[in-house]
Amino acid sequence: MSQHYPVLLVTVPLLSALLISIVGWLNKRFCFPIAVAALSVAAYSSVGLLFRVLDEKVILYHLGGWAPPWGIAYSVDHLSALVLVVVSVVALLNLIATQKSIEQEFSEKIGAFYTLYVLLVTGLLGIVVTGDVFNLYVLLEITALTSYGLIAMGEDRAPLASLNYVYMGTIGACLYLLGIGYLYISTGSLNMANISSILPGLYDSKVVLAAFIICMVGVCLKMAFFPLHAWLPNAYTYAPSAVSSLVAPLMTKVMIYVMIRLMLTVFTPEFIFSKLALSNTVVWLAVIAIFMGAVLALGARDMKKMLCYVIIAEVGYMVGGAWLGNRAGMTGAILHIANDALMTLCVFLAVGNIVYKVRGYAFEDLKGMFRKMPYTMTGLVAGALSMIGVPPTCGFFSKWYLISGGIQAGQYGFVAALVFSSLINAVLFFRIIEIGYYEPFRADHGHESSPVRMAEAPLTMVVPLLIVAGGLVVMGVYTGDIVTHIIEPIIPPAMGN
Amino acid sequence: MRIFGIIVVILTGALLIYAMGDFPSWADPASPAHNHVSPRYIEKSLEQTSVPNLVTAVLADYRGYDTMFETAVIFAAGVVCFFLLRIPRKDEPTVRRYRHTLTGITISVKETREIPPVLEEFERIDTLWTPPDLIIKTCCRILVPFLQLFGLYVIAHGHHSPGGGFQGGVILGASMILLAISHDLRTAIGRMSERVHAILCSVGVFIFAGTGALCLVLGLNFLDYGALARILHVDPVTARSHGILIVEIGVGLAVMTAMIWIYNNISSKGKYDEGL
Amino acid sequence: MPDLISSIVDYYNYLIYITLMMIGLYAMIAKKNLVKKIVGMNIFQTAIILFYVSIGAKKGATIPIIQHGHGEGADEITSSVIKAAEYINPLPHVLMLTAIVVAVATLGVALALAIKVYNRYETLEEDEILAQIREK
Repeated sequence: MSQHYPVLLVTVPLLSALLISIVGWLNKRFCFPIAVAALSVAAYSSVGLLFRVLDEKVILYHLGGWAPPWGIAYSVDHLSALVLVVVSVVALLNLIATQKSIEQEFSEKIGAFYTLYVLLVTGLLGIVVTGDVFNLYVLLEITALTSYGLIAMGEDRAPLASLNYVYMGTIGACLYLLGIGYLYISTGSLNMANISSILPGLYDSKVVLAAFIICMVGVCLKMAFFPLHAWLPNAYTYAPSAVSSLVAPLMTKVMIYVMIRLMLTVFTPEFIFSKLALSNTVVWLAVIAIFMGAVLALGARDMKKMLCYVIIAEVGYMVGGAWLGNRAGMTGAILHIANDALMTLCVFLAVGNIVYKVRGYAFEDLKGMFRKMPYTMTGLVAGALSMIGVPPTCGFFSKWYLISGGIQAGQYGFVAALVFSSLINAVLFFRIIEIGYYEPFRADHGHESSPVRMAEAPLTMVVPLLIVAGGLVVMGVYTGDIVTHIIEPIIPPAMGN
Repeated sequence: MRIFGIIVVILTGALLIYAMGDFPSWADPASPAHNHVSPRYIEKSLEQTSVPNLVTAVLADYRGYDTMFETAVIFAAGVVCFFLLRIPRKDEPTVRRYRHTLTGITISVKETREIPPVLEEFERIDTLWTPPDLIIKTCCRILVPFLQLFGLYVIAHGHHSPGGGFQGGVILGASMILLAISHDLRTAIGRMSERVHAILCSVGVFIFAGTGALCLVLGLNFLDYGALARILHVDPVTARSHGILIVEIGVGLAVMTAMIWIYNNISSKGKYDEGL
Repeated sequence: MPDLISSIVDYYNYLIYITLMMIGLYAMIAKKNLVKKIVGMNIFQTAIILFYVSIGAKKGATIPIIQHGHGEGADEITSSVIKAAEYINPLPHVLMLTAIVVAVATLGVALALAIKVYNRYETLEEDEILAQIREK
């Protein structure tokens, strides 16, 4: 069965999503177990794939038995295996952790919710595993459509934010589609490996240049890279907490994976860094993105919005790192995909727990929170330390690679932006910790002196959070192994050392 | 905003027109797009899949995996529309209108549940009700069965002529939507209830993905219809043709029900009470 | 001048798709009404569909259905008889069938969202909605 892992990974969640939809009309109680089972199978096969990739380098799977470029092929290498594990594990943990809050918010439409949730994860896994540029577009649309629906079910301005996301997301996906149309018209193929073998003869063609620019702009729109980020803060802030802790860690990171995949596999580093003189411009855009993200985060009035701006800054880290054009920068960017997914999950889960108990996420709601929800706040602090980049946690190591890449490339503006953003993150999170630890709990009926009783979120919400928090440290400790065994083999030798 | 729009449009247009210089001219047979992958589709697909319609062969076989997700996209759209808009029936009293067919007198009744009219001559009407147009109603009622027959033909004949699951499914869906427009939403839902089309929508995609999984269980790759030869007792090439037909039926079912589902939710704003 | 005209004739399909796409993009950026933006979005998607379908065209070729490919005598037709130059490229058509379905699905979801926005703010004009948000 292990040769079918790449396809099981995607089709088991798809089939289960359909099953959940049917079961949801008959008996709602079975929806959650099916979803958990489906995502467990996906997580199991992605871990299995990772181990197989370590031995075999690249695993190809021909769907329908047709060899590429005629049929669609799945190709799994180290990079996609790493991102697959991250996506499937994050989705599974988040599903278990948010079960209670999902039941609280969507008791009536629980079947539809789990259907969309599992379909969204299917789409994300499919994007990562596919080796065909058009297949990637179709899966991109699945993730996009399901996330529009899930985000719009939040409160207050959620439908409006989601509608804005529809406009921007559709332009992004359409530009990507146009870009691959340009690639198709100049190469005649849709398979990534095949395109990259034809492209070297066409590096001087205007069509290929335009294809690259259009694809990149489309992907940047989808990942909320700075000047194109306007849709993200509102969409992620007003989304239901179970949804924001799924899409915030995964959507932007998977889009960064797509960018790196296009850069490394389709257009190849020789074309990007030798033929095009765009590298400097993009790194400077990333610097602006990091600065703006940090400054806007300082001005935010509630926790979720603040975290959304932090995400925009983090997108800047990864794009900048990937475009530095050297090994260390690319290593940092890829490592940061995994680390950032974990730490974003960690802080969003903590916020989700607080929302579950207090029904609010403004800064005032945090008063006395350390007494009330000590374990949740421990998780939040772990995530915060990682976002700041304090050594034992994994955030430090990816930032280390990014900074050393910046120094090697002589991009001191990027280094300065990284340091500045870490300082701002420290200020942001210490402000939260200060409010949570020192300010007294605001009791509901004016009895300010009444002792704060511990009222922790249910165990199913706290345990996954603490697992993720522990995972941050574990990832940090094993950074060396991850870099040498998984990330090093992906980066082509052409990128120097 | 208008000036910003003009600037963005001019910049994007300039990039696209700049790239146009290196494009092959229109319908140039020497274009790379026609000479790398596609000749093999044209020359081999009749031999490999025994389907003369190349679009169907490529759609459902060579690139069948894309099509599976495409069906999943339309299913997702149906679920999203339901998830966003559907308002579950509450027992709050609502005002419904009834019309006495003989005298034309309209009465409003405030009631919690729909009470079937006691008297034969009372009929339930919409808020924005117009006098019934006999010509429209009759024409549409006559059209619906022919539309459905044509839809089935388009699905079944997709191997040999333009058509296939999507086109046929849309025609079938349109027949039900026509019924809802010409009569009212309740008539259409009376023919096909919400639960039925919601379940059929997932069943449609399930037929597609399940066929793929069946091929996997039978020992070949996912969606490799050649594996069906063992259970259909035909040669692998004919099995591919049959596999495509099974899959197209699934697509037709999913698209038809998804169209109806989206229409019902949007036109009644999720109340399933009054359409448009 | 004849050069310019002949190049316009050669590339007219691309010019049409670019024009259509820019109309859609402009509508999405500059229009204030949420449904007009959705219409702009659809024009944008249609432009890309037009682009792909025009790639598929091939001079001197017919629709991609093998002639006499079914019924009696179908068995005699083998790959040696079928010439790629006689049929237009089926792949862009297949891809666009997918893109059309995606466009329809996006349109449905966008309209559903517009209804939800309307239920909440009682208007679809963007500036009026923003004014309502600012008032709070």
